[in-house]
Order: sequence, then C-alpha cells, then structure tokens
Amino acid sequence: MFYSMSLYISLALFLLGLVWKISTWFRYRLGIEANQIPTSVRIIEAAGGVITTLFSIKILILLKVFVLEVILQARTFREDSYRWLMHICIYGGFMLLLVMHGLSRFTAEIIFADYYSTVNPFLFLRDLGAMGVIFGLLLALLRRFVHRRWRPRTNAMDLYAILILAAIMVSGILLEGVKIVSPAVFRNMAQDYLTRPDEEQIRSLTSYWVKELGAVSPGLQGPFDSKTIEEGRIIHEMNCMQCHSRPQWAVAGYAVSRLIAPLAEDVDEKGLPDILWHLHFLACFLGLAYLPFSKMLHVFTGPLVLMINTVMNHDSATPANLATRQMIELDACVHCGACSRRCSVAVAFGEIPNESILPSEKIPSLKALAAGKTLSPHELRTIQQGLFLCSNCNRCTLVCPVGIRLRDLWVSAREMVVVNSVPEPLLLSPFSLYRGLTYGFNGQIQYRKPLDFVRNAVTGGSSMDHALDSSSPLYFGPKKLLSNLSASIQAKTFSDCYVCMTCSNACPVVRNYRKPNEIVGLMPHQLIYAIGRRHWDLIFGSMMLWDCLGCYQCQEHCPQNVQVADILYQLKNIAILRMNDKSV
Amino acid sequence: MKFALFHCCVNAMGLDQYFSSTSSVLKRLGIEALNLREFNCCGYPLRNFSFKAFVLASARNLAIAEKQSLDILTVCNCCYGNLKYISHILKEDTALGEEINATLAKEGLHCESEATTKHILEVLHDDIGITQLRARLKRTFRDLKIATHYGCHILRPSKITRFDNPFKPKKFDQLVALTGADPVSWLTKLECCGAPVAGVNDDLSMDLAAKKLMNAKKAGADYLCVSCPFCQMQFDRVQSAIIKHRGSDAPLPSLVYTQLLGLCLGLSPQDLGMETNILPIIGIQQFLGEKSGDGGHHCVTPG
Repeated sequence: MFYSMSLYISLALFLLGLVWKISTWFRYRLGIEANQIPTSVRIIEAAGGVITTLFSIKILILLKVFVLEVILQARTFREDSYRWLMHICIYGGFMLLLVMHGLSRFTAEIIFADYYSTVNPFLFLRDLGAMGVIFGLLLALLRRFVHRRWRPRTNAMDLYAILILAAIMVSGILLEGVKIVSPAVFRNMAQDYLTRPDEEQIRSLTSYWVKELGAVSPGLQGPFDSKTIEEGRIIHEMNCMQCHSRPQWAVAGYAVSRLIAPLAEDVDEKGLPDILWHLHFLACFLGLAYLPFSKMLHVFTGPLVLMINTVMNHDSATPANLATRQMIELDACVHCGACSRRCSVAVAFGEIPNESILPSEKIPSLKALAAGKTLSPHELRTIQQGLFLCSNCNRCTLVCPVGIRLRDLWVSAREMVVVNSVPEPLLLSPFSLYRGLTYGFNGQIQYRKPLDFVRNAVTGGSSMDHALDSSSPLYFGPKKLLSNLSASIQAKTFSDCYVCMTCSNACPVVRNYRKPNEIVGLMPHQLIYAIGRRHWDLIFGSMMLWDCLGCYQCQEHCPQNVQVADILYQLKNIAILRMNDKSV
Repeated sequence: MKFALFHCCVNAMGLDQYFSSTSSVLKRLGIEALNLREFNCCGYPLRNFSFKAFVLASARNLAIAEKQSLDILTVCNCCYGNLKYISHILKEDTALGEEINATLAKEGLHCESEATTKHILEVLHDDIGITQLRARLKRTFRDLKIATHYGCHILRPSKITRFDNPFKPKKFDQLVALTGADPVSWLTKLECCGAPVAGVNDDLSMDLAAKKLMNAKKAGADYLCVSCPFCQMQFDRVQSAIIKHRGSDAPLPSLVYTQLLGLCLGLSPQDLGMETNILPIIGIQQFLGEKSGDGGHHCVTPG
C-alpha cells in the first residue's frame, strides 16, 4: 500500500516536473532577438519542425544518430575514452537494471515465461548491472576528486547524481545480502512454498541451504549428516530450484551476505530486510520524482539535443526554433567539463581568476539569464567578461558529448548581457573579430553601442581638445606609474626615445588621417614623449592606444630601438586597470 | 621532418580551407605534423588585456611542444610572432619565467623555451628549399599575377622573428614565383591588412584593407596571396563587407599560400578547400598549365 502510494506520488511529481520543464523550453529565451518571439509562435514552429522532420528522409539520420551517439556514445569515446568507459558502465548498468529489474513487470515477466528475479540469468545480470554502475561511479569520483592533471569542476548537481545512483545500487545490494542471510525471510519462504511444511522437511531443507546456498539458521549449524543434506536437496529441487538459482550468482549481494552472516540474528531483530527494502524503493522514487529538476534530466535532453542538432539546418531554421533549441541545450548540459578542458583560452584562468572564462561554468549564468532572473552587478560583470574572453574557435561545440552548439549560446548571450552598463574592455581586442563577422561590420546601433561605450569609458571620456589647445596648461601626474613603466618588460625602452617622429610617420593608422591628432589623440611619438613627462590623462585619453594595430612598423623603423609597439601594449593594459582603479 | 602543428583559432573559427590545404600539402611533401589536442590559443587577443595571461598562453604551448620534444609549425603570422616573442622574453627574464613555470607546474608542464617555432613559409623556403619544391611540382601557373601580402608578424619585430629582411623581404615572393606566378611589386605590400581592429574600429579596418586592395589592383594583380588566417579573413570576409557597405569595383580575391602551392603539387580543389572561400578563387585554375622547364617566371625583385 505504502509502496504503491509512494510510486504514484513520485510518478506524478515526475510528470508534473517534466511538463513544467518542457514549458520552459518555449517560455525562456536567450538573446535580444529571441526576446521578441512570443511563446505561442515558439510552440507552433517547433511542432511544425518536428512533424516535417519525422515525415522526411531525415528520420534515417535520426536513427543513425540514435544508435551511434545516444546508445554507443561515439562522440564521447572519440574525445575521452576514460569518460566513455565511466559513463557506459553507469548508463549500461542502469539501463539493464531499469528494464529487466525495475520494470520487470512490463518486460521480463512478459517476455520470459519462466522469469523469476532470483533465477539465472536475471539473478546474475541484476548484480552485474549494479556492479557496473558502482564501478562507473568510482571512476566518476576519481575523475572529479582525485585526478591530478585535469579535474572538472564539481557542484551540488554533480554530487546529487552520483549519490542518488550510489544510494539505489548500494541499498539494493545490501538488501540482497541481508535477505540471503535472514533466518526469518528463509523461514517464511519455506512455510509459503513447501507442499508439506512439516518441521522435519523444513529442517532438512534449511540444512541443505545453510550448507550449500549461504543461508543462516540459528541453532542449525554444521557439520550436517549426508542423509539430511540429501533429503534437503530433493526438497529443494522439487520446491525451490525452479525459482532459485544458487545465490552465489548474485555476486555482490552474496559477498555482502558473507560479511554479515555472523550477525544474521541482529539482521532480523533490527528489521533490516524491511528497512533496506524501503530505502531501496524510496531512493528509486526520489530519483524519479526529482529527475526533471536534476542533472538526470539529461537522459531525455541529451539524446534530444544530439538528434536536433544533426538534422536542424542552422542556416535556414527559424529564429523561433533556434531559440527553443537553445533552451533544450541548456538543460542538456551535464557539467562534464569536456568543453573547459579543450577551451582555447581556458589557460587565461591561470592568471585571471574568473570561473566564467571556462565554458562549463558559463552555463549556470546563462540558465539564470534565460529564465529572466536578475543577476547581481558582480555576477553580470563576471559572466560578461567570461562571454567575451573567448576566441570563438568552436572547440567547445566540437567536444561536447551531447552536441550543444556552445558558441551559438555565447553569441546569443553576449548581446543581451553587454547592454547593461558595464563597459567591456575585451571588445577592444581581436576577440571582437567574430562579432564583427557575425554582424557583417554593419555599423548598426546595436553593434556599435557597446564598442562606443567602452571606448568612452577606457579613455575616461576626456576630450583631446584641451591638449590640442596650446594655451591651456598641461598636467603632470604621479611618478609611481613612471617607475612601473621603467621596470616593465614591454615598456622599459621608452626613455631611449629622442622624438625623431619616425614611428608616427611609419604608422599606418596615423597616415590614414589628414588630422591624426583629432582622431587618435596623441600619436605614437607623442605618447612616448608624454610618458617621460607624466601626462597620464593625455596618454590614457588617447584613442591611439586602441586604434593601434600592433603591426610593429613603428618599432621596426625606430633608430633607437625603442619598442614602441610593445610600449603601447603596456599602456593598453594599464588603461584597463585604471578603468576600475584610478590609483594605478 | 616532424612538427607539432599549431593552427590558429581563426582557422577554427571559419577557415576550413587553410586546415585542409595545409594538411594536404604537408602530406604530399612528406612532412609529419602532429595535431596536439592540448594546444591552446597563442594568446594574441589576450595581449590587449593582460600581459601575464598572454605570456602564460604562449608559454603553455611551448611547454606542450617541449614535452614531446617537437618544434612548432604554425600557419599563422600572429601565432608565429607571439610564440617567438614569448620564447624570447622567457629566456631573457628569469623572474617572469619562474612565475610562469610555477603556474604551468600545476599541470605538470615546464617551459625552457627549447621548442623552436617555425612558420610554414619558413619550412618551405628554408628547410625544404625552392629547388626541392620545384622538383615536386606537377604543374605551374602561366600569366598569373599575384600580389604577395607578407602580413606583419612574420617580418616584424625582425629582431624576434628573423624570418626575412623586414624592409625588402624576398622569401614569400620566391615561393610564389616558384609556382610560376608573377609576384607583382606594389607600394603598400608591407602594410598591415587591418585585421587587428576588425570588430573594434571597423572604419579604420576597412580603410586600411581598401587602400591595399586598390593598390594591388592598380599593380595588375589577379589574386592576393597571404600566409595568415587573419589576413585571409580580412581580404575575404571584410573585403566582402567593404563591397557591400561601401561599394567597390571588381573584388580582388585572396587565397592562402598552401592553396596556391597545392594546385601546383597536383592536389585537387576539394583537398584545398577552394570552394569555401567567400570571394571565389576557383577561377585561378584557368592559369594552370603544364609544368614549365624553368619553373615559370623569374622572380621580380620586390621594391
């Protein structure tokens, strides 16, 4: 009764959770464009997409993907065979148990006329499945906590997944072990199943079971005489053998039973069989009920995303379907860390302590953004920097085991994040190449605004007018920065300059304008000169720092070997630090 | 000859043809170049933001190559310049080297700047040599005028790169001439293509590219030839944007050197990814002829 009730409750919670989750795929959105699309359109377009795909030749591709990627997990194998082994053990073992044991009423019992859970091969396979899962979980724990070279980040969701599976497997094995040795369980079984349950018969049977099949009976211990055993064997073959293969085949459970055999009476006294039975099925039901809210949702979303991304034509798909796909993708991430391991710029995390540089750590923030949650200013700054500190090489997408198009996620999120009032200096670097290409260098407001905003912020919004006005006095700044520059690898040669102006004449940026000072502020030779005279406001107010191509014409032409281009790099770095801290 | 192949993030971003043409050419020439999965970005874009992060990025790559006792072969000018620069300063500044190695040690890596970085043009010209390459050609071009664009970081700063004379370079032109094409002399040849500020200051970027294109067209070039993914992006994608937003006369398509050489080595346009260029370069095949005895036109000394 309790069992049925808890099953139905958890099933209900599971289904409700699933419905809610699926609704978010059509309600949540990432990106400015996606924001404009109403939920009804998202649902209709998705339905249309699904129907046209299922009734087309693409269904063959779906089948291929299902076999290669969902069942065999080829992507994972190609990327990391250790992780593949770990997952195959967990997933293979679990599927075996789910289908043949958990759902036996709908599968094994129907297919196999002589099915009993305690008969081989089912008895052995059950333990095999559990041992497979446990082995896989051990590999997972090693990977997450012990491996020296690369340890992915682990959060509560990851721990939950490991723990719930462990709880199910361990409780099941313990239950098996306990039932093997429990005298009460044995006695009840004998009384229920013997045709003539008289004491003599029971004693013979019990002796046989104690000697051969691991049972424990208080007061009935060896050595047994061969006649009793022979009698017991005959009774066993007539009444028990049909449903019971040797318990030794339940390898794990039997091993446990040997460990606890000395405490068999306590097992009954404490009511362990019943307790463990409850623990076992409650763990299963908890896992079921919580599934839509946990990492385990990936059992549905993972295959879904793999199949969608193989058949979806990303150039011609409607914005509505692209938006919906991204929401499903966010729920398919299993936090495996493969993307972070292969990320081209993850190395920067060794110097810049922002976790969001790592692709796998961007996902939680994106989920919050998609759900319309308000992020704190710190969270916004963090995710913004993480989104733009990306070379757009697309390696993350290539190694993702569920085929999430991660770079497309970053692109969608970038524009909606950067409209908040935090200037992003990373925009003033070659990291912006992809953004320009995606927008087509079209100069539209949406595209230019964050660029103009940060250019203004990093130059302190100061105008060059006062510098170009020879009647206004120049400002001499603090000396600290001067000594910093003199000591820095990039900038130390500035003091060798004798202002011959060759660098500025060689500079293609300067030569692009008729009145360079009006466009770029100080020209290269002026910047170098201004360092010695500590006109920091003029230096950091100059757009030249950010229009500089780093083409090294200046440095190559310099007769004094002043490393002009390198100095400009150093000034760039300092300008960014000064954005947040004027005392630098 | 065995190298650790260092592709550029920009190749991965959208230049499959540089990937495929490089692999095809290297295979044909019997050069072994391993794709090391552990390589990361050389750090070039990071330099605008944080010097230490930039150094760490390249140092890690050098350490990875060092661990396998391989030299690095790169197809990108920027990656080349940066890897060489970092290799140089880590040798010079021991304090910085120690700091960087402390971070790398967490991964079991160490950088002593032992791995040398080479550019594919360097390997082709210096290590294999024009004569050897000529012997491998199956076909050569005829009447094809190429504007050779060296790009910046392969030539400058010359104290670091030491690839060629920074003011009168010859090597890339010689490699182009080898294929039978005529490397035209053009004034803005050694100027930057403008890619570093694409996406940052598009007007400036397009101004610079447009100037070079106009000059190359004036010099009579049929195609541009580059050796860097940034330059290829600039002359292919950004030139398309220039044509779209500013209007322009006929485009001057650009191809990477491995595509040019590959055609003469007898590789197919599919192997060289020729159909993936935005501004079409398929037409260059009409300039292909039988292999000429002397290897084609003489190299015009660039001025």
